[in-house]
Amino acid sequence: MNSFSLYIHIPFCEKKCYYCDFTSFAKNSDMLEKYMLNLNKEIKLYKEQLSDYSLRTIFIGGGTPSCIEHSYIETLLENVFKTFHMDNLAEITLEANPGTLDNKKISSYKKIGINRISLGVQSLKDNLLNSIGRIHTSQDFKESFYMLREEGFDNINVDLMFGLPHQKLIDLKSTLEEVVSLDVEHISLYSLILEEETQIFKWYKNGLLELPDEDLDRTMYHSSIKFLRENGYEHYEISNFSKPGYECKHNLAYWKIKPYLGVGLNSHSNLFGKRFWNHSTFTEYNCLLEKKHFPVEGEEKIDRDMEIAEFCIMGLRLIKGIDKLEYRNRFGEDIKNRYDNVIKKHVHNGLIIDDYNYVKLTNKGLDLSNIVEVDFMP
Amino acid sequence: MQVKQENIRNFSIIAHIDHGKSTLADRLIENTGMLTSREMQEQVLDSMDLERERGITIKLKAIRLVYKAKNGEDYIFNLIDTPGHVDFNYEVSRSLAACEGAILVVDATQGVEAQTLANVYLAIDQDLEILPVINKIDLPSARPEEVKKEVEDIIGIDCEDAPLISAKEGLNIDQVLEDIVNKIPAPTGDKNAPLKALIFDSYYDSYKGVTCYIRVVEGTIKPGMMIKMMSTGKCFEVTEVGINTSRHVSLDQLVAGEVGYVTASIKNVKEARVGDTITDAENPTEKPLPGYKKVVPMVYCGIYPAEGEEYSIIRDALEKLQVNDAALVFEPETSAALGFGFRCGFLGLLHMEIIQERLEREFDLNIITTAPSVIYKVIKKDGTLLEIQNPTNLPPQAEIDYMEEPIVNASIMTPTDYVGAIMELCQNKRGTFLNMEYLEETRVVMHYELPLNEVIYDFFDALKSKTRGYASFDYELKGYRRSELVKLDILINGELVDAFSLIVHEDKAYERGRTIAEKLVDVIPRHQFAIPIQAAIGSKIIARETIKALRKDVLAKCYGGDISRKKKLLEKQKEGKKRMRSIGSVDVPQEAFLTVLKYDEK
Repeated sequence: MNSFSLYIHIPFCEKKCYYCDFTSFAKNSDMLEKYMLNLNKEIKLYKEQLSDYSLRTIFIGGGTPSCIEHSYIETLLENVFKTFHMDNLAEITLEANPGTLDNKKISSYKKIGINRISLGVQSLKDNLLNSIGRIHTSQDFKESFYMLREEGFDNINVDLMFGLPHQKLIDLKSTLEEVVSLDVEHISLYSLILEEETQIFKWYKNGLLELPDEDLDRTMYHSSIKFLRENGYEHYEISNFSKPGYECKHNLAYWKIKPYLGVGLNSHSNLFGKRFWNHSTFTEYNCLLEKKHFPVEGEEKIDRDMEIAEFCIMGLRLIKGIDKLEYRNRFGEDIKNRYDNVIKKHVHNGLIIDDYNYVKLTNKGLDLSNIVEVDFMP
Repeated sequence: MQVKQENIRNFSIIAHIDHGKSTLADRLIENTGMLTSREMQEQVLDSMDLERERGITIKLKAIRLVYKAKNGEDYIFNLIDTPGHVDFNYEVSRSLAACEGAILVVDATQGVEAQTLANVYLAIDQDLEILPVINKIDLPSARPEEVKKEVEDIIGIDCEDAPLISAKEGLNIDQVLEDIVNKIPAPTGDKNAPLKALIFDSYYDSYKGVTCYIRVVEGTIKPGMMIKMMSTGKCFEVTEVGINTSRHVSLDQLVAGEVGYVTASIKNVKEARVGDTITDAENPTEKPLPGYKKVVPMVYCGIYPAEGEEYSIIRDALEKLQVNDAALVFEPETSAALGFGFRCGFLGLLHMEIIQERLEREFDLNIITTAPSVIYKVIKKDGTLLEIQNPTNLPPQAEIDYMEEPIVNASIMTPTDYVGAIMELCQNKRGTFLNMEYLEETRVVMHYELPLNEVIYDFFDALKSKTRGYASFDYELKGYRRSELVKLDILINGELVDAFSLIVHEDKAYERGRTIAEKLVDVIPRHQFAIPIQAAIGSKIIARETIKALRKDVLAKCYGGDISRKKKLLEKQKEGKKRMRSIGSVDVPQEAFLTVLKYDEK
């Protein structure tokens, strides 16, 4: 039986952070009630289509899924369990923000079967947290973390950011040291992306804040890689690190172009040979589901050429690289058939390494991956 | 209908761009009752899209109208269109040579401008009767009485009875029509004399071959007769003669005094050059009409295929343009940076821009054009003389004794407010001030000698910007003058890019080199390595800039929902790369070749 991954979007937060351009809204109880009802309807709509698939991983993301009452999460997961084949399930992740967790919530998560928590921490410098619009403090994080450990969560991710306004190398270093000392299983370390339409972008454009330049940004990145490796973490994706065996199985499905279903506002799916995505406004989303229609806004058919390109582009994000054997098994040809020139060109440029089993980015390639990836496009 | 010679009127309309020539032509056509308003496409005489967009007429044509005058008689009007721009000076003079009169349209809000003058003088040279007409009197800012006085003072034509019209509103057009009948002389010429006809326009269409527009000066031309082109001696059999109303109407014959078209299965417009005289091959006239000259290109540039474009398709397109435009010349050339392409010669800058735009628009081609150049004369130490229009072909400095560059006589007409700014500009362009005449209290015409290579760089744009569009400009070639010229090279990542090379005056080299280097830094995207941009004269580097290395081009987050967005981003980058030329290991966008030529205000 084929397996698939499920992403569930909870588009609510206590407050929107200054850098955030995701589909998320400040919490409102009427909207929430209606949304959760429709979200459960949407899940049921896929029952038949996915009757030949077994569910492998679940990721409840947002937004801040931990900011809503835990009963919603319970209902949601019970619905999922009833709808899909569950005999193969390996991972259920919930995204949580420090400051939104309490003992009751945590024990409910544990009971319903969530086995991985991803904490949006970003930094342990309170002045930096404040400047990017986070509502929690470093103290909140520590308290949440210990509560999770007490309840028995043994697979915890911490999201961190660098390249923050006014952030110094030493700020990042001390945050990493603290996180590592807690022995977290997984760390996602993102360079701040300045997205248009965000508060931070406007401030930056108006000259109101200073961001680390490219050189400092890269120094932060590479010194972090070095530090985390020295402390027993494996760098397995451009922005992701884990203790051995604790890679995020759900995210690996994205990077390996495996089938996934996304439900909820503005969620994306990759199933049945196409990519499709949901409406991004509550009105359209709710309205369609009330009529028991799929809330899908658009789709892109993925032909063989595109699938191969996606496999390579996403495969390059993995530090291991594109698995040549997997490529051959999946597409029935050698990667050299179509990409020999591209590979040679970027080996020559010093951006990739072509070894016996894998094609992977060099250290420099990690900084300039777009330059490589563009040549894999059909 | 049998045409009496004394009832024919052959005339042109001359005007500065935008003064309303085409609109007046439309009104004349309407008011002669040949066409209804509905049948008329706006501005009938301007047929190419490009012309219509720019409001200028490039290729001229003739149209025959029938007018019933107030005296009760029918008159045949042959309206011969002329291009307004200085680049097409020779063609203007040829079409005027087919006329007995010219309507001078002057904008009542703008007054006399440089091009008006240039064209009026051409008309006066041809001994034409000039009918001044003051247009746009419907506009609130019209000052017809002042403008009439201006025409009288500057051009010296009596404006006492000049019609005050609005071509746009159709106001007082009848006065113009009556003036044509009463003031423009009828043609003369013996229809029984040996054939003598002037070609004032010719164009190619794949159906009929070359069609020549002619004015029969003496004799008669009819289908079946053998005609001879007097400049080449080539003979052709006439297949059709006729007139152009709103379409071609074939006739038995055209006789002295008439204007019409001839087809004779001529394959290329080069064999039916504007200005040439057609005669009867069996009974030739003794002397051709005066004034035939081969048009000589003044401005050259390289045209190359952009990435992914085919050389041979560009050649085909140029050939097609050339059958309609005898003034366009081209030959293959090779650039180390751009590969195979063509060196093309044009009458002037406008002509060059028109050809570039037609290649892009009508043929949908992606092209790269190099900096325009003029023809320099190089006198080598061994005494040999070279004419160089491609900087790359300049011999080594050590072999050169001296060089000469083309100089033009320029006249700039301007409100007095801008005299200072223009003087500064011309001085900056190595101009020599000749004199300044007051046209009226607030308007002057300034005469300068300017090196043509300064004019083709950014003179028009600079003039426009410094005078807020109020000044008008005209020039003609004066001759060659010795000058201290050097070849300025641009090196990208240490590699000389021949397509950027320029010949400039020694005193200008540093400034030009620095400007180009600075602009290239802006337009060339960052690469994974730092790219030095250098300007050099010989082996001496005179300016240097660096494009910093790209340190980071990576998407930090890429999960399920980001993949589509990411692909779009990559697709955009890929599209962008297609519009680049690889020079060594550097991707140079096509705009780079253009931006280095553009005027920028400082």
